[in-house]
Amino acid sequence: MTAAAITNAATPARKRGYGSMSRDRRWALRWSYFFLTVFAIFFLMPPVYMLITSLKTSAEISAATNPWWVYHPTLGNYVELLTSRQYLTFFRNSALVSVFVVAITMLISVPAAFALSRMRFWGSTMLATGIFLTYLIPETLLFIPLFKMFALVNEYTGIQLINRWWVLLLLYPTLTVPFCTWIMIGYFASIPKELDEAALMDAANYRQILTRVFIPVALPGLIAATIFAFTVSWAQFLYPLAFTTSADQLVLPVGIVTTLIKGDVFNWGQIMTGALLGAAPPLIIYAFLMDYYIAGLTAGATKG
Amino acid sequence: MAQVSLRKLVKRFDDTEAVRGIDLDIADKEFVVLVGPSGCGKTTTLRMIAGLEEISAGEIAVDGEVVNDVPPKDRDMAMVFQNYALYPHMTVYENMSFGLRLKRYPKDEIARRVQEAARILDITELLDRKPRQLSGGQRQRVAMGRAIVRNPKVFLFDEPLSNLDAKLRVQMRIEIKRVHQKVRTTTVYVTHDQVEAMTLADRVVVMNRGRIEQIGTPNDLYHAPKTRFVAGFIGSPAMNFLPCRLEDAAGALRVRLSDDIVLPVPPSHAGRYRSHAGRPGLTFGLRPEHLTDGKPNGAPQPATIDAAIEVTEPLGMETLVFFRVNGIDVCARVSPDAGAREGVRMRLAASLDHMHLIDDASGCVL
Repeated sequence: MTAAAITNAATPARKRGYGSMSRDRRWALRWSYFFLTVFAIFFLMPPVYMLITSLKTSAEISAATNPWWVYHPTLGNYVELLTSRQYLTFFRNSALVSVFVVAITMLISVPAAFALSRMRFWGSTMLATGIFLTYLIPETLLFIPLFKMFALVNEYTGIQLINRWWVLLLLYPTLTVPFCTWIMIGYFASIPKELDEAALMDAANYRQILTRVFIPVALPGLIAATIFAFTVSWAQFLYPLAFTTSADQLVLPVGIVTTLIKGDVFNWGQIMTGALLGAAPPLIIYAFLMDYYIAGLTAGATKG
Repeated sequence: MAQVSLRKLVKRFDDTEAVRGIDLDIADKEFVVLVGPSGCGKTTTLRMIAGLEEISAGEIAVDGEVVNDVPPKDRDMAMVFQNYALYPHMTVYENMSFGLRLKRYPKDEIARRVQEAARILDITELLDRKPRQLSGGQRQRVAMGRAIVRNPKVFLFDEPLSNLDAKLRVQMRIEIKRVHQKVRTTTVYVTHDQVEAMTLADRVVVMNRGRIEQIGTPNDLYHAPKTRFVAGFIGSPAMNFLPCRLEDAAGALRVRLSDDIVLPVPPSHAGRYRSHAGRPGLTFGLRPEHLTDGKPNGAPQPATIDAAIEVTEPLGMETLVFFRVNGIDVCARVSPDAGAREGVRMRLAASLDHMHLIDDASGCVL
């Protein structure tokens, strides 16, 4: 009888509800498309402008014609950069730094996150919070003390840490490790406790639980953290600007700015080309791993 | 194959005592079920046996060897979890063989064992699937398979059927019993479902508030509960409890339930109860199945209760009827053709040979 009453009451209500629901949905869709279009235009304008400029000759750029149109398109800037030893060095430095930083970050933050989320030891919660707090300190506050530290190291040990591209491998993890650890803690926390207990009962040790259960299960989170670490190290500007100076030690973002701007002469065509080419690797990685990245972020978000 | 013994086992969580001194001996090949309401400490006890929970006091011994400080991986026990806890990224085959692969068993040995377990559990055709492609019942089978292939000393089951629907639960219950008959491994099984406990166990351990209330075979617990808790927990629908007085009327012992309900205590019980005549604080307990419309084999039925039926629950093969005595609900089981309806008065026969008398102060069955 109750069931019948519910169906009777629900049928007409659902019809009305369905109509208004679809009307609401239509409006929501319209608005979201409107705003998405606005945002897309807003955010695509700079790269499009860069692309247009990169196809112009210096003469055409300085001629101040319509900036949104190319009258004499040329690939000269691309050819010049891609054949320039210097630019390729920047690219290589950037790639090396990013790949190593990603590797170092993962090697530190995955085990750290596993320990912090699964092995309860004295102070583990505080440590987890502490790690997150370090992420909140901006690099603009850190680079001067770090510089002083490196100078001291040089003074006492004679080891020169400044103006070496590999020193960035020590610096970038200060930015990437805390955040990646935090993402992974959140991700590991979403793995049910029974899963590691099952592995424990299956006679796995902690290392095996991490490598054979946690890492495969948390792969989307791991990929999200990897992308984050890569993006941060690829785009990092302040640390390399402060810590590296000679042309063969520079990474891409700094290299473009320091070598293509000579005094007050801006080589706009090549700057735009260099930046555009520099933006390609992260873009390609995003395109391939986007689905994982989103899955990772949301999983981390709800449970972290 | 192993025997497990618990000695004065205690578990404290910060300020609460979850398990308060448990003594239990589990024989080799025995199927023991820990049953009790949620929070009674049964799962904690199981987890201590598994080694997943530290022991606050007391000791656990397997085959006479104390294992308090032995990590779970060295205890050679296998556990089946409530939510299955299958490794989501592995196939059924990989799930079942994981433990063996960690121990570096030879490949053909692993294959042989997995095939064997899969055959017992009837999951041979699922071996290549991932857990997410399986139904709840299938996942449960795989979880059991993972335990079986290890050929451990002890099986531990932590409410393995709670996540299944009622029909599947009955089916898997039979399955578990069948598996145990085949592999005969010492098993400790935790559940809050007394039917599961009764049907599966060689011996049932009823727990309440961190203590063992009673250990016994299912029949022991049903027919001779030692405490009011056990009497009320085992059996469905639950035993009826009514405050009562014992009256000694010229040598004939009677139990008075209300002003107008007085039942004669059968001679089989009279001797045992006589000393309690007249004292306050007694409760009368009788199971619904011993309160019927029955005419049991023509035997004279001196104990009857006139009941004004308030609610009936027809179940097909029988009908549960509810009436009140002094404001307390009482349930009886009558035959479906007894004509029980709401508002009707029925004469119910109480077989007092099955009555229990409980001391309110101690909660013990007298």
